[in-house]
Amino acid sequence: MSATIGPVAVNTFREAVRDRVLYNLVLFALLMIGAAILVGQVSIGIEQLVIVNLGLTAISLFGLVMSIFIGVGLVYKEIERRTLYSLLAKPIHRWQFLVGKYAGLLLTLGVNTAFMTLGLAAAFFFVGGRVARADVSILVAIYFILLEFALVTALALFFSCFSSPMLSTLFTLGIYITGVFANDIHEVGEFTQNAAVLWLTRAIYFVIPNFHNLNAIAAAGHKEAIPLSLIWQNTLYAVLYATLLLIAAAAVFSRRNLK
Amino acid sequence: MSAPAIEILGLTKDYPVGFWRPKMRRSLDNLSFEVREGEVFGFLGPNGAGKTTTMKLLMGLIFPTSGTARIRGRSIDDIGMHTEIGYLPEQPYFYDYLTARELLNYYAQFSNYSASERRERVEKNLERVGLSAAGDVQLRNFSKGMLQRVGIAQAILHDPPVVILDEPMSGLDPVGRREVRDIILDLRKQGRTVFFSTHILSDAEMLCDRVAVLASGKLQGVGAPREVVTLQAQAMEILIETREGRALPAALAGQSTRIGPRTRITVPEQQLYSVLEELRGCEARILSVSPVHPTLEDYFFTLVGGSAPQRGLEEISR
Repeated sequence: MSATIGPVAVNTFREAVRDRVLYNLVLFALLMIGAAILVGQVSIGIEQLVIVNLGLTAISLFGLVMSIFIGVGLVYKEIERRTLYSLLAKPIHRWQFLVGKYAGLLLTLGVNTAFMTLGLAAAFFFVGGRVARADVSILVAIYFILLEFALVTALALFFSCFSSPMLSTLFTLGIYITGVFANDIHEVGEFTQNAAVLWLTRAIYFVIPNFHNLNAIAAAGHKEAIPLSLIWQNTLYAVLYATLLLIAAAAVFSRRNLK
Repeated sequence: MSAPAIEILGLTKDYPVGFWRPKMRRSLDNLSFEVREGEVFGFLGPNGAGKTTTMKLLMGLIFPTSGTARIRGRSIDDIGMHTEIGYLPEQPYFYDYLTARELLNYYAQFSNYSASERRERVEKNLERVGLSAAGDVQLRNFSKGMLQRVGIAQAILHDPPVVILDEPMSGLDPVGRREVRDIILDLRKQGRTVFFSTHILSDAEMLCDRVAVLASGKLQGVGAPREVVTLQAQAMEILIETREGRALPAALAGQSTRIGPRTRITVPEQQLYSVLEELRGCEARILSVSPVHPTLEDYFFTLVGGSAPQRGLEEISR
């Protein structure tokens, strides 16, 4: 099985690298250098907080843009350019192709995030940061960001199996934004007296992936400890949800006529 | 008796046309025929006849509305069967950020070869299609003909017993076409089955043991190229040498072509004897008389009657 998924994943990673996707790292590095110099001059006592907040937000935003914009084209591009035809003539199942593409983009995002983490660390030390036990929450926040990428990429891949990149982007972005406010939407529903609104907000809360719980940037900035139970819970949630999305994507894609 | 290399059993494919209240349009209609082991089989038809649809159905890229097919006795739904086939899509396009060598190495990974075996196969096939020198050039810099050759290399990379080529000569210059013809003949020599589509009929005449002709999604005939061509010779060609000072009768001058000291006259078959009489009258030396055989091209045009391929497509209301 991995003999077929692995090459597809590596090829997807290679495509991203050769298409200069990782050039965004240069922009990130410039942003962090600029921020570190500026923060050192204008903020007193909260340099590390600002750098950590800014760095994690940038890591999250850069990765999200990549996972959505590359994710929605993962399958669509292969069909449009007909590169998929000769590949599917080999002994490879369509679901293996999907999982390979998914793994390849996650690998790209992982490498990208690793480099950005190094950039954040450099800026952190530049503004006088010292590693303390509480700073482990920064790494946990980055881990949650990776889980967020895994979910968003699965969403984008799912939509790319049956719709155009523009529609897939709209759907993925729409669900992401709704998911960020999942807890607020739920609370609004609980306050309302309207049964239909309550039903709707609960449905959104339970069906749409909850991205709110994956955001630990504020906690990391304030060096708050993140409970181990939350780490397990988020991991399980992201893995299960992404798996369900991949199964749905495979179900749709396995019967699709390639034009 | 062994199973046919390819067995097509009543394949039918309907496509929805239109966005609102789509109607179904039949692009392939109850197609049935078989390709025998070890033969070069040509699949002929004009653009839009359903050749690519048939090949995509065989490769599992699209799914039939009804009917089925088997390759070497195995259902086309069986992915394991893909180890036994090589496929070149029509107007192939590959990952243009890869070099030819990287692309072939990528595809070879799906055949469970060791790294050294892969390298060996990649080099052998690059050489086979004449691309050894361009192996490290990114495919985005390849010409159409070079891409076609890479396509053929990836199709035969794992030495499949059945090779399916969709318009393999398309976009190639005469040298490229000859190279592809040589590869096809070489594959036959190795005992492989080659099933290829083309609308270049001379290629089919030259290469095929048998052909199937498809028009408007319907099978028109299967057999040896000469069996399929059922048109009768309708014209005769007479080659003569005229004596000095003797001109051809005025009626024949319009039907003749001068080739050096000789003259070629093409006449309808029923006028042959009267024309010969006239030639004897002017003391012309008759060198040969031969029927003008219709080519597959003639057959093909007679078959489709010069109609646009889409005209025969049936709309099916649901």
